[in-house]
Amino acid sequence: MYFTKELLDKTSRMRKKWEDEVKKAVAKHADLKGDWSTVSSLPINRLYGPEDIKDTNFEEDIGYPGQFPYLRGNQVTGYRGRYWTFRMFSGFGTAKDTNQRWHQLLNAGQTGLSTAFDFPTLMGYDTDDPKARGECGKCGVAIDTLEDFLVLVDGIPMDKITTSMTINPPATALWAMYCAAAEIKGIPLTKIGGTIQNDMLKEFIAQKTLMCPPDPSVKLISDTVEFGTKHVPRWNTISISGYHIREAGSTAVQELAFTLRDGMEYVEDVIRRKGLHVDEFGPRLSFFFNSHIDFFEEIAKMRAARRIWAKAMRDRYKSTDERSWWMRFHTQTAGCSLTAQQPYNNVIRTATEALAAVLGGTQSLHTNSLDEVWCLPSDFAVEIALRTQQVIAEETGVTNTIDPLAGSYFVEALTNEMEEQAWDYIHKIDDMGGMVAAIDRGFPQMELADAAYKYQQQVDSSEKIMVGVNKYVTDEEQEIPLLEIDDALETEQINRLNEVRRKRDGKAAKKSLDDLKNACKKEENVMPYCIEAVKNLCSVQEICDVYREVFGEFRDPAMY
Amino acid sequence: MAKRKLRIMVAKPGLDGHDRGARVLARCFRDAGYETIYTGCHQTPEEIAAAAIQEDIDCVGLSCHSGAHRYLFPQTVKQLRELGGDDIQVIGGGVIPTADFQMLYDAGLKGVFTPGVTLPDIVKWIEENIVPNIRD
Repeated sequence: MYFTKELLDKTSRMRKKWEDEVKKAVAKHADLKGDWSTVSSLPINRLYGPEDIKDTNFEEDIGYPGQFPYLRGNQVTGYRGRYWTFRMFSGFGTAKDTNQRWHQLLNAGQTGLSTAFDFPTLMGYDTDDPKARGECGKCGVAIDTLEDFLVLVDGIPMDKITTSMTINPPATALWAMYCAAAEIKGIPLTKIGGTIQNDMLKEFIAQKTLMCPPDPSVKLISDTVEFGTKHVPRWNTISISGYHIREAGSTAVQELAFTLRDGMEYVEDVIRRKGLHVDEFGPRLSFFFNSHIDFFEEIAKMRAARRIWAKAMRDRYKSTDERSWWMRFHTQTAGCSLTAQQPYNNVIRTATEALAAVLGGTQSLHTNSLDEVWCLPSDFAVEIALRTQQVIAEETGVTNTIDPLAGSYFVEALTNEMEEQAWDYIHKIDDMGGMVAAIDRGFPQMELADAAYKYQQQVDSSEKIMVGVNKYVTDEEQEIPLLEIDDALETEQINRLNEVRRKRDGKAAKKSLDDLKNACKKEENVMPYCIEAVKNLCSVQEICDVYREVFGEFRDPAMY
Repeated sequence: MAKRKLRIMVAKPGLDGHDRGARVLARCFRDAGYETIYTGCHQTPEEIAAAAIQEDIDCVGLSCHSGAHRYLFPQTVKQLRELGGDDIQVIGGGVIPTADFQMLYDAGLKGVFTPGVTLPDIVKWIEENIVPNIRD
């Protein structure tokens, strides 16, 4: 018990008195609106007090930083020893364009890299595939072969800076390129660090970057976990992502629950399929959350996430290594909270969301640029976004003390409630037979569809306010400079790809693809074969076509 | 003669997986009483055009958030016209800069919708602008 019985008796009397006063005040002057809830429609009380957290057990539920249940953070020194990594997600046009942007960001004080690939790369198609027409370099950087990749990492100290790559179905191919590029630069695999997103479950649930069916998709992921554990020990082989689940319309609790249940699915698969002990790979699992506009809901979500993961690893998977209990996560502010109208307001939204992520204890952060509703960020906009993080870190004082909101009646009560609701979902999915089974029956997909539709209706009816959209609307359009991607890039990139195909050793390329195919059929780990294939200048699509041929193709079941 | 129900197809051309808007719209059209078909992500313009004709669709709503609308939307109209779907109206939405509107209208799109348009606004527009085709 957190408080003595005497204190609770006293507070309950005081609370009663306050409630009576509220009734009188509201009778005289009504509240501004009837519904006070989070952006996810989680009801919030007018006030929280000791009685709302009276069942909290300090030792088991709160603790200290660096101690179970890590509610207050993994790091014993908080942000005093090290700020979160300023990691701006970037990529556009060709490898050369993106390499230039990376150098610009590093010069501006960014401390980690994060790669956005274009849609053909994300989906495992080469730029010259008919399906890729019109997409080259639009949403990220176009990478077809190792030749492109070497341009991308030109001048980047791969042994010093960590790089995150947002890549899912073709993760093995792109990670293989990173490994091969390091090798060419003379850097051993034990020295490189970074993250591949490599989380297919959330693709089926939300982002829809689809290639093979769920089971072989998870198998490929377990291959990377095994390979990383044995050969690339500083690499985070999965970034278990709630970000896209939230962007696709989930509530905060759904994001929390589905992401953590996805994480559990991967843990179970690696144990079952690869025979590894949870503590051999547990410490390298990482997470990725959204930071939406509802300030306290986000902070509570991130705190709850750490506590759920610690309990799950310790109690559910019998992990004994504390490093497996730590939930380490990256955060991105919510793209879906930004508005096309009055785009400069997006700077304020992003700053608020970034502050929530920091108070939630993130290890790494991307802040969206004000123009991202319209296009990839311009140089001008991306610099404001990076500076937003730097102002929070250097000026606001929030890094002075660890988890400053701990002990707040409201924040602790909300953290408890979100944890409880998340466990309900997790147990429900357990009962369905796990996340792959739940996805097969469309459960998380339809939960998201319901929540997204409800939210749109709430915005349309002004039940939820978006400034500049349904309140404080102006006719004037704010002009902002937009980054344009030249349609002509596509031809250039195709020429470059054809040039690589001409000059490579065709026999060696074909042999390495045949070897990869055999490895897939025999259920061997594909990673060594992928590295060999990219070194022989096989393209992303050639590798992915092998997967499609052996494992089959999965198409969007179009649920709504 | 009783007016038949409007048949509408929400389609996601290209490789873009941002389907939140498309799925919300599909549900909105269903609730508005239209016969609604949602294609799911990753359709080619050829697939969309063929499906629209096969399903006797009155209006195709394209959604794209990747920036590839400049190729994909006109290409879908072109495919539809080539396959004889002259009376099928095409509208589009997503992350589309104002500067691209004219080229999309020129390519044959009847309406372009961008962020901030409400669901009731879109339904109202459809009611006013799309008439169910009478086909033999």
